[in-house]
Amino acid sequence: MTASSTRDDGAPPPPTDDPFDAVPRRTALHAAHLAAGARMVDFAGWSMPVSYGSDLAEHHAVRQAAGLFDLSHMGLLRVRGPEAAAFLDAAVAGRMSALAERQSKYTMLLSAEGGILDDLVVTRLPADEGFAIVANAGNRDVVFSALRERAAGFAAVVRPAGERTAILAVQGPSSRAVLEALPGLAVEEGAPALGALRYYRTTAGVFEGVPVLIGRTGYTGEDGFELFLDDSAAPSLWAALLEAGRPHGLVPCGLAARDTLRLEAGMPLYGHELSLETTPAQAGLGRVVDETKERFVGKGAVTPPGARVLVGLAAEGRRAGRAGFPVLLTGGDGPGGDREAGVVTSGALSPSLGHPIAMALVEPALAEPGTALAIRIRDTLLPASVVTLPFYRKATR
Amino acid sequence: MTELRYTADHEWVRLEGDSVVVGITDYAAQQLGDVVYVDLPEAGARVAAGATIGEIESTKSVGELFAPIDGTVAEVNQAVVDGPELVNAEPFGGGWLVRLSAHEVPELLSEAEYRAGLS
Repeated sequence: MTASSTRDDGAPPPPTDDPFDAVPRRTALHAAHLAAGARMVDFAGWSMPVSYGSDLAEHHAVRQAAGLFDLSHMGLLRVRGPEAAAFLDAAVAGRMSALAERQSKYTMLLSAEGGILDDLVVTRLPADEGFAIVANAGNRDVVFSALRERAAGFAAVVRPAGERTAILAVQGPSSRAVLEALPGLAVEEGAPALGALRYYRTTAGVFEGVPVLIGRTGYTGEDGFELFLDDSAAPSLWAALLEAGRPHGLVPCGLAARDTLRLEAGMPLYGHELSLETTPAQAGLGRVVDETKERFVGKGAVTPPGARVLVGLAAEGRRAGRAGFPVLLTGGDGPGGDREAGVVTSGALSPSLGHPIAMALVEPALAEPGTALAIRIRDTLLPASVVTLPFYRKATR
Repeated sequence: MTELRYTADHEWVRLEGDSVVVGITDYAAQQLGDVVYVDLPEAGARVAAGATIGEIESTKSVGELFAPIDGTVAEVNQAVVDGPELVNAEPFGGGWLVRLSAHEVPELLSEAEYRAGLS
């Protein structure tokens, strides 16, 4: 059978004859991943862990206990200056000036035509520290260029950040217990305690003398936290979290589990549900765009009438539709009776639900929950029905 | 029991009397991640060497199963169809995939040759 790979045993890459040969970057946790038995893959130019042995076990751990992720490949940017808030209002889809100190908000960077360049999380930092932006790893350069261009005329500066910043995420119902059990992690005087931290709010912590920005954010549909700190302290924090988390069932988790978790939670992924060719409204995220702002790039952009919209699809069995597979309306009057009416953007056999799920862009007339469609999987048709998103909701405790 | 031979497509082959048993290697199973679905051919199907005869699907991706030799499908491993995780747990044992009737195994790779090709 076919199998692709990037072998990574931790040895420094051998000298190459080709001076243009690109070598994946390594996060501060690279050695820790190898020591934990991770299978690594080249992702957006970074060597990242796909899984540490069983992607299904990692997925279930996040749903039932907690998982630890390395997100250091994500793109980080910093915006500062007296007009930073006004600049961001004009540059991105949402109203960033309305953010309270330490508050985060999910937003998007749009083109003038209203297409999506990237989805972002923007955080207003306390005092005069400006804003921190997290972008997708593959879009960091695009986002930086666009923001720098859009800053013209504002007393604000955009800088790439995070060259030495590691990002760790602890996700799952036990994530708060894990962080509170961590000796060496304390919250700064005057900053919100972990227990009092609301969703999409941040606090300032300290770990072994190193500042840590902690946000109650995540990409799994569970409770969770994302921690930002200098690379130098990252391996120690990673090890300390695994130690403190062990009695709570914490395990390290890779990109494979991250993808099945976010898919179950109905969360979009750039390059799949979101792209330059889609508007936020098509993805059901029109609320991200604040049209009441006086000016911003993408203001007034109209989603073409009849444009496909994002839906959830659920099927029976164990075979999943994957990104790019056609979605059909079957049994009609056309030749052969079947008509292509959409495309799968992401799909997998849901580990938590036990049946195939997919997100797809389909004709708006077919977006009603209960609509019967089919996904063409190679040479078979898998019947699937439209369902509301998310597929999975965390249990309320 | 005869030793295993390998293909460059990450399959192993074991001659047992006048049939060969085929599975995928530990390397292939690891690359796929947790296997969640296995699609195998019908018993009695004639297969040609190199043809796609099945699929092994994980959460992340789908791998094609190629016939390593010409032959006829004598038996498929129902245990793997019912429990795809066997492919990860026992790729060379209980996770075998198909038995093909054939009289000889043509020149395939030795284990040393297969492993050398992985780096």
